[in-house]
Amino acid sequence: MAEICMRGVRKRYGDTQVIHGIDVEIADGEFIVIVGPSGCGKSTLLRMVAGLETITEGEISIGGRVVNQLEPKERDIAMVFQNYALYPHMSVFDNMAYGLKIARTPKDEIRARVEEAAKLLELGGLLERKPRQLSGGQRQRVAMGRAIVRKPAVFLFDEPLSNLDAKLRVQMRLEIKQLQRKLGTTSLYVTHDQIEAMTLADRLVVMNQGRAEQIDTPMAVYSDPATTFVAGFIGSPAMNFLAGTVEADGHGLFLGGDARISDKGSDLSGLAGRAVTLGVRPEHLLAVGESEAEIRLGVELVETLGADTLAHGRPVGAAGTPLGDAALGGEAPGLITVRLPGLAPVREGERLPLRMAEGELHLFDPDSGRRIADV
Amino acid sequence: MHKRVTFRHPLLPYLLVLPQLAITFVFFLWPASQALYYSVLRQDPFGLKTKFVGLQNFERLFSDPTYLNSFDVTIVFSLSVTLSGMALGLLFAVMADRVVKGAATYKTLLIWPYAVAPAVAGVLWWFLFNPTIGILAYALRSLGYDWNHAVSGTDALILVIVASTWKQVSYNFLFFLAGLQAIPKSLIEAAAIDGAGPARRFWTIVFPLLSPTTFFLLVVNMVYAFFETFGVVHATTSGGPGQATTILVYKVFNDGFIGLNLGSSAAQSVILMVIVISLTMIQFRFIERRVQY
Ligand SMILES: Nc1ncnc2c1ncn2[C@@H]1O[C@H](COP(=O)(O)OP(=O)(O)O)[C@@H](O)[C@H]1O
Ligand SMILES: [Mg+2]
Repeated sequence: MAEICMRGVRKRYGDTQVIHGIDVEIADGEFIVIVGPSGCGKSTLLRMVAGLETITEGEISIGGRVVNQLEPKERDIAMVFQNYALYPHMSVFDNMAYGLKIARTPKDEIRARVEEAAKLLELGGLLERKPRQLSGGQRQRVAMGRAIVRKPAVFLFDEPLSNLDAKLRVQMRLEIKQLQRKLGTTSLYVTHDQIEAMTLADRLVVMNQGRAEQIDTPMAVYSDPATTFVAGFIGSPAMNFLAGTVEADGHGLFLGGDARISDKGSDLSGLAGRAVTLGVRPEHLLAVGESEAEIRLGVELVETLGADTLAHGRPVGAAGTPLGDAALGGEAPGLITVRLPGLAPVREGERLPLRMAEGELHLFDPDSGRRIADV
Repeated sequence: MHKRVTFRHPLLPYLLVLPQLAITFVFFLWPASQALYYSVLRQDPFGLKTKFVGLQNFERLFSDPTYLNSFDVTIVFSLSVTLSGMALGLLFAVMADRVVKGAATYKTLLIWPYAVAPAVAGVLWWFLFNPTIGILAYALRSLGYDWNHAVSGTDALILVIVASTWKQVSYNFLFFLAGLQAIPKSLIEAAAIDGAGPARRFWTIVFPLLSPTTFFLLVVNMVYAFFETFGVVHATTSGGPGQATTILVYKVFNDGFIGLNLGSSAAQSVILMVIVISLTMIQFRFIERRVQY
């Protein structure tokens, strides 16, 4: 059992810096998911914790012990790789027992521990098989088994589910979560899949271009994204962004043309006159009758998913004029998405009247992209 | 899942494999059958009369001490060339796999000896070990060893082994390097996290995963040592001193073209052929059974 602490961790390959200073404190037993787009440095960060990459600058400690100079084997960690990295010439049993044999664990205990792990992971009848005789999901379980038999202080996962098909991915996701709950081992899990991240994490580290944009619980990241990047990355379909100006009354936003939008749940009086980026999630734009409408969506494309319907299009004013004019310095806004419950009777080419859900407004500074806190 | 090609004309596929068949026939089947044919004949010393003698040529060979000695020499020679050539090739490949800077230069330099003809390789080492002018012989003498491959059978055998090995190391190096680079890095990393040090990682993960390459090279190197090293021996020791470096393939040449005993020479090449065919068959069966994982 161990807590992990990173202080000002940086990584450079030659002249290119890929990690720009990460600070995070991970409590004992916590499940932390590092999420971000491909190439943002997630694997690099995880591999620095594992001891597979040197730490250019900063400090990583595991269980109160600085591990910068320690070999992987001295760090008391286990790692699950994206391609599983099972030893192809060894049986499932030997794959799981490899680390224990090296640690000179007594034979009976090795057998007992491997069998216990096999039972936990439902690998009972497969111990004598070679990895090539297993399905993707079974290989994944063996990789997990190899990690848990050693009872390490920390589990590291690098996109362990990326090579599985969608259905198996959902199932394994649940199994990993249950397993981690049962074992209570501190875990660091890397993924680019925001749904995986949201469902697994106690806390998320949302990364972008080598920086941690936000570190918080999934709900906090979802409801109060710290930057436009986080707001756009977490949640599917992505949050919509519109340029606007806060009106003098402190409740409305002028969006250009004849369009304004208001949120009675928010008090924006402190921001009157300020240019902002307005963020609103697809599910927080409600289809209403023409009389209640604030903006309208010129529907260009409809996706029917069954449980809900996604309407994509461009926002237009009351008179049908596109939003965004020279006064706001913005070009016409891009496509926005509205999520309507069930099989909504919306057709392409239609003009859909919309209103904002109350208290669901996100405002960001248009220059820095940072959240404007007092909304 | 085999992809079947359909040809418009029924003769076309045969036409396409014809060149390969012709080469196999001209350079293997025909000479092999000639050897088989001559191995059961005997000519008188003037080459005037030829008569059928059945297996007598073979019987004589196996009761001839010089031939049996040649067998022993060949076994020592082939095993030494194969094992040291492969060990060095593997060692260099493992080191090249780790080098980051200057890797291309290092690899190119290691590949060069392969471009050298066996006879040239032999002469090169013959000069280096030459008792009067060779720098290596000089170095050995200063260490207290009086090297002379013209007199000492052991020295001569070591000379041909070194020259033959040197030439083959490049080939082994290339294959081992390709084999090493095909092993996913994450396997090595997983083993490191499991607590294995570099030596243990090599012997329990890398080496077993290289076994298909190793067995392939074993066959190739044995065949090389049996046949292609003829040039090395011919250019340096001519099988001497005494019979110390007369490997089987050299004896085939020596008895046939110098001693002009065509029947015995043909019988020897048939034996060589049987040895290599059986070696290859045993090893390939072994590869199919055991080396797959
Ligand atoms: N060995 C390396 N040498 C140079 N650049 C590297 C190396 N490894 C990774 N990078 C770079 O570091 C960045 C982050 O990579 P990585 O951590 O693998 O991203 P992620 O796992 O988030 O997809 C990428 O831009 C990648 O090109
Ligand atoms: Mg990655």
